[in-house]
Amino acid sequence: MTIRITKKSSRSGIVGNIEELSGVNLSTCYQCKKCSSGCPVGDLAGSPPSEIIRRLHLGADEELLESDIVWMCMSCETCSARCPMGIDIAAVMDALRALALKKGTPAPEGNVPLFNRALLTTVKLFGRTYDMGMIAAYKLGAHKFLQDTGKFPEMLKKKKIALILPRGSDKKTVRRIFRKTQVKRDSKP
Amino acid sequence: MKYAYFPGCSAHSTARDSHMSTLAVAHALDIEMVEPIGWSCCGATAAHQTGRVLAAALPAANLVLAQHMGMDMVATCAACYNRLKIANFEISHSPEMREHVSDAIGRDYDGSVRVIHFVELLIKDIGLKSIRSKLKKSLDNLKVACFYGCLLVRPHDVMQFDDPENPTSLDNLVNMMGGESLDWPHKVECCGGGLSLTRTDVVIRLTDSILAMAQESGAECIAVACPMCQSNLDMRQKDITKATGRKYNMPIIYTTQLLGLCLGLSPKELGLEKLIVPADKIIEVIEGK
Repeated sequence: MTIRITKKSSRSGIVGNIEELSGVNLSTCYQCKKCSSGCPVGDLAGSPPSEIIRRLHLGADEELLESDIVWMCMSCETCSARCPMGIDIAAVMDALRALALKKGTPAPEGNVPLFNRALLTTVKLFGRTYDMGMIAAYKLGAHKFLQDTGKFPEMLKKKKIALILPRGSDKKTVRRIFRKTQVKRDSKP
Repeated sequence: MKYAYFPGCSAHSTARDSHMSTLAVAHALDIEMVEPIGWSCCGATAAHQTGRVLAAALPAANLVLAQHMGMDMVATCAACYNRLKIANFEISHSPEMREHVSDAIGRDYDGSVRVIHFVELLIKDIGLKSIRSKLKKSLDNLKVACFYGCLLVRPHDVMQFDDPENPTSLDNLVNMMGGESLDWPHKVECCGGGLSLTRTDVVIRLTDSILAMAQESGAECIAVACPMCQSNLDMRQKDITKATGRKYNMPIIYTTQLLGLCLGLSPKELGLEKLIVPADKIIEVIEGK
């Protein structure tokens, strides 16, 4: 990718925001690229972790929140475990996701935020995840009706997926948690 | 010995085999496992990717139940284990987080309940020697690639489960059962976790690389301790063949299922018929001994 360096101050963009949300000091990164080498999706992503950090150094703005790695990162934490400067890169990815949700940034391929909402909705309703409901809600929203349908008969036969709704959880407390921790968006997308 | 047992949501769905084999092994070893009444979802990756307080409060609502029972909390799912431990860490290290979480769950929680994975319980609380004395069968030099994945070992500061680059807990268990654990380089790789539905292409790529390395290393099966690793590695083998032409027939077995067989328990009560790639040959070898 091309990085254009302008005369703007290097502290411009969202770097300050990301440092505050993640609690890390990004200026200690000297681009050894160990994080990108160990990243399981480093070679698939448009910008691997070290490049995300460099772009933050150089004043990247909200366009960075649209990078595919933001939602391709599974928090495997290999980057944080191997950083020689002890930078918690996984926390930087958390901060990018938090900011993307707050700003209502459109989700890239796969629409992970939709999946997360589908999963958390079943938790809000039943206190526990309900796979059938979660999968149906995600597939409807993401238009992936036919994906993996071939797996259902075998999974049902082997009782590898539950049909009945989860029971027995303290739904009152779970709903209280969701109510108290609601993330407020800057503006509706 | 008595523990609060956190089954996790998958215990009643995609990981019934993990749940069944854990309880069967616990019973055989005289470990009492008590489910906290009213336990709820740990929030998994979805909560972690949504908000910090939400991600700590959902596990805390369960940890506070164990605290009232006066017991340590045991998890069998590596993802639950990870979320429970991280919640404890954040709550006990930040008074502000403790305040937010306590407000969200409606009671004060200090982050002090001991959280352990069932494998850790077996090794640290019961001990390999004591388990060995109860074995009725042997793995008979079965070549096993032990797969730890991400969530058991990372972040190391919080998990303190084992070495983050070359863990050996599962290997020690397998060797104690008479198996031959393999020295292979993909022990702590990522299987793609929760991307199974959203980015199936990524999961296929990652599981292909793990399965290829296990096969090249001479593994007859892969032993796991996480329902997400199990399901990704087990269910995606046919998809990998469709995408790449590479064929695998690698059973992905929970460590508790291997241990159950060695303790003389039946394949049925260990949920072994639920595996997508059948483990019949392995079961025959163990049962024949």
